[in-house]
This record gives sequence, C-alpha cells and structure tokens, in this order.
Amino acid sequence: MRFSIYRYNPEKDKSPYMQTFDIDVKEHQCVMVLDALLTIKNKFDESLSLRRSCREGVCGSDGMNINGKNRLACTAHLSSLKEPVVIRPLPGLPVVRDLVVDMSQFYQQYEKAKPYLQNHDPKPATERLQSPEDRKKLDGLYECILCACCSTSCPSYWWNPDKYMGPAALLQAYRFIVDSRDTATEERLADLTDPYSLYRCRGIMNCVDVCPKDLNPLEAINSMKDMILKESV
Amino acid sequence: MKVATHLFDAVIVGGGGAGLRAAIELSQVGLHVAIISKVFPTRSHTVSAQGGINAALGNAEPDDWRWHMFDTVVGSDFLGDQDAIEYMCKNAPQSIYELEHMGLPFSRIENGKIYQRAFGGATREYGKEQAHRTCCAADRTGHAMLHTLYQKNLQAKAQFFNEWFAIDLVKNQTGVAGATAICIETGEVVFIHAKATILATGGAGRIYQSTTNAHINTGDGMGMALRAGYPLQDMEFWQFHPTGIYGSGSLISESVRGEGGYLINKNGERYMERYAPHLKDLSCRDIVSRCSAIEIREGRGCGPMGDYVLLKADHLGEELIKTRLPGIRELAITFAGTDPVKEPIPVVPTCHYMMGGIPTNYHAQAITKNVKGEDQIIQGLYAAGECACVSVHGANRLGANSLLDLVVFGRAAGKHVKQSIEQGLTWSEPHSADIEQALSRLYRWNGNEKGERVDEIRCALQKIMQDDFGVFRTEEHMKTGFVKLEELRDRLNYAAIQDKSDCFNTARIEALELDNLMAIALATAHCANMREESRGAHARYDYPKRDDKNWLKHSLYFEDGKIVFRSINMKPQESEPITLRAREDVH
Repeated sequence: MRFSIYRYNPEKDKSPYMQTFDIDVKEHQCVMVLDALLTIKNKFDESLSLRRSCREGVCGSDGMNINGKNRLACTAHLSSLKEPVVIRPLPGLPVVRDLVVDMSQFYQQYEKAKPYLQNHDPKPATERLQSPEDRKKLDGLYECILCACCSTSCPSYWWNPDKYMGPAALLQAYRFIVDSRDTATEERLADLTDPYSLYRCRGIMNCVDVCPKDLNPLEAINSMKDMILKESV
Repeated sequence: MKVATHLFDAVIVGGGGAGLRAAIELSQVGLHVAIISKVFPTRSHTVSAQGGINAALGNAEPDDWRWHMFDTVVGSDFLGDQDAIEYMCKNAPQSIYELEHMGLPFSRIENGKIYQRAFGGATREYGKEQAHRTCCAADRTGHAMLHTLYQKNLQAKAQFFNEWFAIDLVKNQTGVAGATAICIETGEVVFIHAKATILATGGAGRIYQSTTNAHINTGDGMGMALRAGYPLQDMEFWQFHPTGIYGSGSLISESVRGEGGYLINKNGERYMERYAPHLKDLSCRDIVSRCSAIEIREGRGCGPMGDYVLLKADHLGEELIKTRLPGIRELAITFAGTDPVKEPIPVVPTCHYMMGGIPTNYHAQAITKNVKGEDQIIQGLYAAGECACVSVHGANRLGANSLLDLVVFGRAAGKHVKQSIEQGLTWSEPHSADIEQALSRLYRWNGNEKGERVDEIRCALQKIMQDDFGVFRTEEHMKTGFVKLEELRDRLNYAAIQDKSDCFNTARIEALELDNLMAIALATAHCANMREESRGAHARYDYPKRDDKNWLKHSLYFEDGKIVFRSINMKPQESEPITLRAREDVH
C-alpha cells in the first residue's frame, strides 16, 4: 500500500516535503493507519516522528489529517482508505516535526473554559447527589479525548486560534455548565459573551463531521448561545 | 554536560492517575510541585481503564470495607500485605467521595448516589454472594478519572513538564535528590532537584508481545529504581486479563461479565460454570485466564485456528449495552469487527497488569534492604500506582482495585510528603558526579553510532517474554528464555539510533525506554524462574500447587540479579488477620 507522508525536521529541512513509502501491509499485519506508521518508523525510517499512546482511540494522541480528513490514526482502518494514503499533521497548528504539531494554543483554549467543577457549598460527608437524568446530560460531553481533530478542522479556529475557543474547549465549557453539581453557570456564560470566544462559530459542522468519538460540539455551542440569549432578555 | 537545575519541593515522575492525585495533595497547600510526564497527562494509560473502582460505599446493598479487604487478600492468594490492604479498603470510600467532589462524572442510581456494579472476586460477608462494589462512569471510568484529576491540577496550578522524559534518579549519600529529565521537543536536559521524588510511572506491559497496555507502558520508574541500586518486588506476578480482543489486544472490561456477559467455547458451553461453580465468570482474573488457556489448549477454542474464546453479551439487550457498556461496544466494533449487541466478541488472555513493582509501605515510601537484611526506607523516594508494590495485589489483582490503588496511594504519597516537608525534610545536595551518573545512559545512546536497531531488540524481547514467561510457565521454557534474554541484554549495549536530532526525537525516547523494558523483563525472568510454586498469576506446570511453607514471602530483585526475600505482613492494625486458606474453598 502506498503512503505519502508529510515530513519536516526544522533542524535539517529548509521546507516541508511529502515522502512516499510502499508498505506490504499484509506482511506487517497492519490494520489501522497507526500500524502502518509504526511499521515505517520501526522497520524503515526511525526518524519519522509522531505521537501515539493507547492505540485504541481513547488517549487522543494521534490525531492527524488522513486523506484530507482529521482522524485518529489508531482507529482509521486502512481498508477504508484510497491510495495513496496521504498523511499530514493536523492543519492550522504550528508543526514541530513531521506529524507532531504544537498543541499549546489548543490547550490554552481548553484552560480558558475553566474545565473543573466549581462549587463553593460545603462538601457533604459522602457524594453529592445527582439524579440519573441530570447525569445523562453529561453524556456526549465528558467523553472528549482532546485529540484536537475538531478544532483544527474549523476555519473559524484557523482564523482566530488565540481568541475563538474552538469546538473542543467549548464542549468542555458546556460540560460544566450543564453539570447539576456546578454552581458557576452564570460566570461561565458571562465569560463567553465577547465577540470571539463562542460567537465565531458559524455552525458549519466540520467538528461534528470529524469527531472520532461521535460527539457533537455544535449542539453544545448552540445550547450555550440559547442560554446566553435567554439570560439577556 | 552542564545542565540547568530546577528547584522544587517535590518532583512527580508520571502524569497518570497516581501522579496527578499526589500532585493535588501537594499543590493545593501551596507546595511547589513539578510533574514530569512523557505524554500530555490525559494520554497516560489510566485513560484506558474501563470498568471502575472498588469501594464499600454500600449504595447497592449493605457493604463493609472489611469484606472488601477479605476479598482482596484472598484474591491476592495471600501474597498481599494485610496492613496495606486494610489501609486501602478502609480509605476507599473517602477517596471516592473526594473524586466525586472534584467532579468525576460517576454513573448514578435512582436516589442520586453512585452506581455500583458487580466485578470479579467481589463478595459479601467474607465469601458469600456476589457484591456490587465497583463505582464507575459507564465503562470509561479511567478516562473520567484522569481528566478530572488533570482538571483539578489545572485549578491547583501544579507545574507540568509535559512531554519531558525522566532519565534517571539522582542519588547521593543520604538518598534520592531528584531526577534528570530531557525535553522531548527541544532536547534540553535538566536536573530537577527536589526534597521528595515520587515515581508514578505506571506499568510495563510492553515487555510482552500481546498486551492491553499502551505503547508508553515501558516501566520507566522501575528501571530508574533498579539502576539506582534499589530493588523491585514480586516481579514474577503479571496479570493476564481474560478478555483482550483477539488480534489487537485491546481490553474488554470485566464489566461485561459484571453486567451478565459470559465466556463460551466452540461448543457454546459456558465453561466457567464447570471450573468455578460459585463465582463462575466472575472468578479472579488469573483463574478465568487459565481456564480459557486450557479450553484453547484442549481444542475447544473458537475460530479457524481454535485460538480464542468468545465473550457473549448479546443477551443483555441493546439498551443495557448502550448505556452501561458504550465504550466496549465501540472498541469491539472497531477492533474485532463485531457488535456485541448482535454477536459475541473474540477474546484471549492478554498481558494486562504488573502486580510487582517498587516496594513501598502504605505511606508510599520506597523501601530497600540494608546490609543486615532489614527493611530500610529510602530517604526522599516514594512510589505509587502500578509502578509500586505496596503490596495490595499480591499474586493477583482484583478487577477495579487498580484505580483504587493509584488513588489511595497517590493520595497517601502526597500526604506523607507534605507532612515530611512540614517536619523539616529538605533538599539534599548531590555531587556533580551524581548528576553525571544519572545522565550516563543518555550519553551512551547519543554516542553509539552504529549498531542494532532498537526495534529489533524490542521485538526479540517481547517474543521471549510471550513464549517463555506467559500464562503457564515451566522451568524448561524459562531457562531457555532466560539465556536468550541475557544475550539480548548484551546486544542492547551495542544498539544504536541513527537519529541524533534534538527536535522531537522519538527514536531516542524509544531507545531510553528500551533500557527500562530490558530491566523489567530480566527482573521478571529472574523472579519467575526462582519461585517454585504456583500462586495467583504465577502458574507453573512443574510446581502446580501453592506452597505456603516455602514460598509465602515477597521476592526482592536487584539489578545485579541478586534475589532476597521479605516477609508478608499478616497483621492488619484494627481488623482481624485473614488466615491462610485455599482460594477454591472461598470461591
């Protein structure tokens, strides 16, 4: 199977280039794109740099652009892909080396969402109670793996990565807003009322299309817009 | 090499559950904490834990931490230390409530309390009916926990060295003074000088070819401890999980069986009923794994090669699977091509968890032996989570006790470091030669120009461990494996990487990891070969019985191959000691 892979090591390359590898995926028992990339790294070219950890789609390390779509290399079946398989780093973020991007801006936006439970009431001796219905509101939100596939597929995020929080961070903002145990809802919503943080979302749904966990950041974004609107009237 | 020194109250190596839990304890009181993590913390392997975390909350039915303690001791095949198990089970409910207060999105029952499910080896009233003691967030408990802990650390403003790799401990006359580390992105090398060093680097399941473990589970902290001259304990005990997906090795949680799923052979027989009529599919993991291995060996395995068994869950109904086991379903569809709602999942026993590790007491203080052969606390060094051996899991860990272990002892480490600093624990000065020593293997890899590739040695190592130190062991196989492993160690000294770049050089990191894998594989081989009995996960054809007379003791392995023994603690502080008995009598 033929792979065309983005290569760039700033220490030696003047500019990035695409490198072709032909891999016998049967011989090397490759099922997913990650298997093929690790075969290339382990058997042919140790200098290929990428991130990987769990290899089962839960750690979010290996988000990359595969045949034009952002996805996780470890859950992208080779059998579903057309040749040559074109693999590039996630778009819109600075490239550190090869398929490794600088995620710091993405993490800064995540932190801007204050992604931790805020509740200043005295802690009970046991658990805070939460009904199964209230708990259900967190489904589809807490499962985010911070792979950045969504935010880096969003043109609004490409334009304003420093000011627009992007779908991943906004999903987290909403995860705490709807948590019945969190008491900072008003402040959280107030933090989103500037023209950029939330309102640069134009609803084009690239985030929904690429999310490897089938989450729906747009729904969360729209819910927050509704809540802010209701509070303002 | 002149390296920059950073001064901290504490340095934590590892950004998984144990490290992050310890960090919260320290940073929330204003101590200056550095967390070195070779991956962004939420990529740590805690994220893959699925089923849950045990605590006798009694939300489903009356429960008692003493029953939990009993199950854990019996599950450990009596190799666990009862003072530590008592501490863990007693502190379990409080540790869970703290996680809940931090925001962990636990699944709930109608009255708003935390949902608790059935899990292997969990009983009520000392061995009677199945208990429901496992708290969970659907089947993504580790993910929910790791993210919650990371988020809490963001709030507490701990200082993260993300994508930094710890190279070695810096030792001096009195104990441990910190660690050296390299920045993966830039190649910058630093010495982190700290009053206390907490190792929380997780497991080393990558010594096996087939494992549920992430690529990053390379035993880094344990390699560091060995090279510093400190021992590892009970390294012969590796848990093989009964339900790794055939082919990929990804984990299918015990919660599938906890919710009512069961294993079948090629005849459709629910074979665990035959082996273990009382607990059946929810017997201890070592037992279920051995039964599956026997089914496969005796020709009752499934598939064209007869080399796996099937995990049946379709009778549970679509609704239950979608609400309680959504992550499992996703994994089965992606990696096995089967939807558990409709058909059974092909599974095999797969390397999953290391019961051994750096010996500690229940304050998470690391222990070595002095010249007289007595336990001695290592000044300034702590260990928690899978890399530690407290020992709460003994010869076999109960499902959902690992998340508990890392939370309880991460917390304990944090509390003890805090207290020690309050009582005057301070920085101990290392010589520059001590720091140089802790950089020597980096120099070796940077210097070696030509030699075997890292991947060649790693693959050979994994194959030896898989073939000769797996579910069933014999002296004959282990002896051969051992010789091959020693040869491989010599070859490792002459291995080389061609990539010498300082920019996100993952080849170099994998080389440094290989040193650790080799150290752990050798420790396992030495200890497994030495223990002439079958206990928990250590099962030998040539010594099929547990031998309490000769082998009721911990093994301590040092890097030079020396093995000494430590007695097992059978004196809990406030509950009745649990006396020796056969596990079959309980289950």
